[in-house]
Amino acid sequence: MSDWFAQYNYIVVIILMMTGLYIVFSSRNLIKKLAGLSVFQTSLFLLYITIGKVSGGQPPILLEDKSYGKDGGGQSLLSGPVEVAAGDAAFILPGPGSDVLYSNPLPHVLILTAIVVGVATLSIGLALTVRIREVYHTIEEDEIEAADFVYNLEGTAD
Amino acid sequence: MSGIMTAASEPSFVVPVLLLDISLLALLVVVAFAIVRMRSLFAIVMLQGVYSLVSAAWFVSLDAVDVAFTEAAVGAGVSTVLMLSAMLLADRKSTPVPMRRQLGALTVVIIAGAAMLYAVGDMPAFGDPNSPANSYVGMDFMAKTAEEIKIPNVVTAVLASYRGYDTFGEVVVIFSAGLGVLLLLGLNGNAGRWEAKPNGQVIKDRTAPSASQADAPQSDQPEMEAST
Repeated sequence: MSDWFAQYNYIVVIILMMTGLYIVFSSRNLIKKLAGLSVFQTSLFLLYITIGKVSGGQPPILLEDKSYGKDGGGQSLLSGPVEVAAGDAAFILPGPGSDVLYSNPLPHVLILTAIVVGVATLSIGLALTVRIREVYHTIEEDEIEAADFVYNLEGTAD
Repeated sequence: MSGIMTAASEPSFVVPVLLLDISLLALLVVVAFAIVRMRSLFAIVMLQGVYSLVSAAWFVSLDAVDVAFTEAAVGAGVSTVLMLSAMLLADRKSTPVPMRRQLGALTVVIIAGAAMLYAVGDMPAFGDPNSPANSYVGMDFMAKTAEEIKIPNVVTAVLASYRGYDTFGEVVVIFSAGLGVLLLLGLNGNAGRWEAKPNGQVIKDRTAPSASQADAPQSDQPEMEAST
């Protein structure tokens, strides 16, 4: 069954990316264009996260070789204060002899940066849309071009 | 690194994981196609938030927990709020585009999608632990974080330490974006209501349905506080 789904995610992600791109290309409304750009961007995140998945893996947060709330002999410490100090236990690492498998953390880091930068560019685009609306009283591209022509805002006619 | 290969040489997924993956992706396709068909901007913005939220759930099922909560908070939360406030300052409806004007976009999208589908056969299998992306530098971070950074969350270690300059550049981008929005909209609360007169002439509104709403008092603030 998993053979059949080996490339399934990529195909769906490509369909989603092209849907977002189609919204950007086909719509004449500036806010709808930005929504399409956002869909396009999120679909790209899906592609990266798909690549970083390791089957049978778990989130890239190292497990500690230590059971909290129990002492070395496995006795519960709950009768007294539980002291948990960070970093004093060995982590369970992937490698020879280890049965723990983690997913790849690098695509996650790249996409974390991309999400935040995407919101920054989206806010700039929306601010530009609001400014365009102040001048043209519309956010439809066709009407903006018509107003450009009628009121000679591009300075091409005398 | 050889131990990773012996630990799981065959991509093996249990059926519930695959079913979750398939149903979430199908939901994403439905939402994306709905955005294409919608004309109400409010519905489009809300569906874009739904799209981000569903993809955040999908990230959790693919072990990307840090990405998932960032996407849920920033993608589904902040950017939806930003788009809603911009929509309130701009317009509520989008005019439909006739089909013959969409044919060019459709052609470009189909050609680009076909080219990418042609390349899909070269991509590694889903969940392959021996794929190039999963073999080298990512797993080195995994192995060295414990002794070099000494924190359990490897994503945080890579983000803040190994790729710290990248994160610094990201912060510079956010600062520039906040500065740009402030310069574009101003701090006096008049965003969207200021009457611009390019070359001394007033552009008369002919068709925008929300023209009368621009004069009505609006309670919402300009959108800048959320993104900075």
